Amino acid sequence: MNLNWQFIMDSLPLYREAGWTTLKLGFLGILISLIIGFVCSIVLYFKVKVLKSIVQVYIELSRNTPLLIQLFFLYFGLTKLGIALSENACAIIGLSFLGGSYMAEAYRSGLEAISKTQIESGLSIGLNKAQLVRYVIFPQAFSVSMPSLGANCIFLLKETSIVGAISVVDLMNITKDLIGMYYQTFEALFMLVAVYVVIILPLSLLLTWLERKVRYAEFGN
Amino acid sequence: MQSLGISVLFKGMNMQRLFDGLLVTAKIAFISIVIGSFLGIVLGVIWTSKSKWIRSVCRIYLEVFRIIPILVWLFIMYFGVTTALNLHVSGEITSIIVFTLWGAAEMGDIVRGALESLPKHQIESGKAIGLSFWGLYRYILIPQAIRRMLPGAINLATRMVKTTSLVVLIGVIDVIKVGQQIIEFSRLEVPTASFWVYGFVFILYFIICYPLSMLAKRLENKWNG
Repeated sequence: MNLNWQFIMDSLPLYREAGWTTLKLGFLGILISLIIGFVCSIVLYFKVKVLKSIVQVYIELSRNTPLLIQLFFLYFGLTKLGIALSENACAIIGLSFLGGSYMAEAYRSGLEAISKTQIESGLSIGLNKAQLVRYVIFPQAFSVSMPSLGANCIFLLKETSIVGAISVVDLMNITKDLIGMYYQTFEALFMLVAVYVVIILPLSLLLTWLERKVRYAEFGN
Repeated sequence: MQSLGISVLFKGMNMQRLFDGLLVTAKIAFISIVIGSFLGIVLGVIWTSKSKWIRSVCRIYLEVFRIIPILVWLFIMYFGVTTALNLHVSGEITSIIVFTLWGAAEMGDIVRGALESLPKHQIESGKAIGLSFWGLYRYILIPQAIRRMLPGAINLATRMVKTTSLVVLIGVIDVIKVGQQIIEFSRLEVPTASFWVYGFVFILYFIICYPLSMLAKRLENKWNG
């Protein structure tokens, strides 16, 4: 298979720009998901009335439906009711809606992993509530949930590949265009895979490293 | 007079057509889950091998699917491989192949995790009473491993069902495509059709996936708790 390197060089700026779009959408989506997830897990942990059931419904709805449908509903469905959002806004909202529930589950598993004795010991040595959260609960919960938080980040970054379907000019979208316009199938696909590997592989390695770093907080290590 | 938006779902054959589309989605999901699980179990058993080479090959196979998005794989299969081999393969077959390979990789990891989590003395005791390789797996390891891997496997199935929604992007006439056709067709009569149709498909997916994830959660609580 001979690749047309001239074509690859020519299409480089297109892919660079689309790669940035993917990164930007992914970054914002992950950031908002982390916040939504954190709030949801706090609501669940402290069993806040009313809010708890809303959060539960949200988590089940978002975890059990595909992102593509969520995006189509946001982008094509809601505009008909007079809520017009740009495709980038839709992509970020969709990613955050999906990611929030995954992050919430990740935090929750961390919070649940803290044994009662830890909290009781903390109280018995005279820590107040803020100190308890700061020095006992948070470090341990974070280190337990870190692997799933990391996996969710990568999952969300990969899910951004779908936003091309609502005409965001992302990697998938330009690949499809290039294949359709120039029939340079292999070159376009080669670039597509290359850019994804360049984006996701370092992140994956970084997260593995980070995971080992925060492990120290776990009880018994 | 404008009719009520939701009526678009019940007009003519629309409901029937949506369910026909859903059937295509379900068929792709079902075939890939069944074959993928089977291959995954084989892969998982091979993965527990002591050879470093075999382990790294399995690992790389899994990572390749973890790092590159599934939609990219669908594109590679649909546009790339067919062009390279000069074949014409339908979108349906393409998606079944991709989902099966992906499912096998993830399932292999689940099976490996379950087998490796079993205490070593189980294997040693099995060998001590003179069981063969097959006997060891058949009577000792597989029955115990199934309990540990079932919640993960069901979650994987839910993920695969959700991911089948992507097949519309490589031209398969699935439930979403049918929905789009209905929206196009009733654009003038029912302007809000897209809201109702996509809302309906959203609920359809939820109805399929929710019981599965509930089951996984319950099994997990029952067996791990």
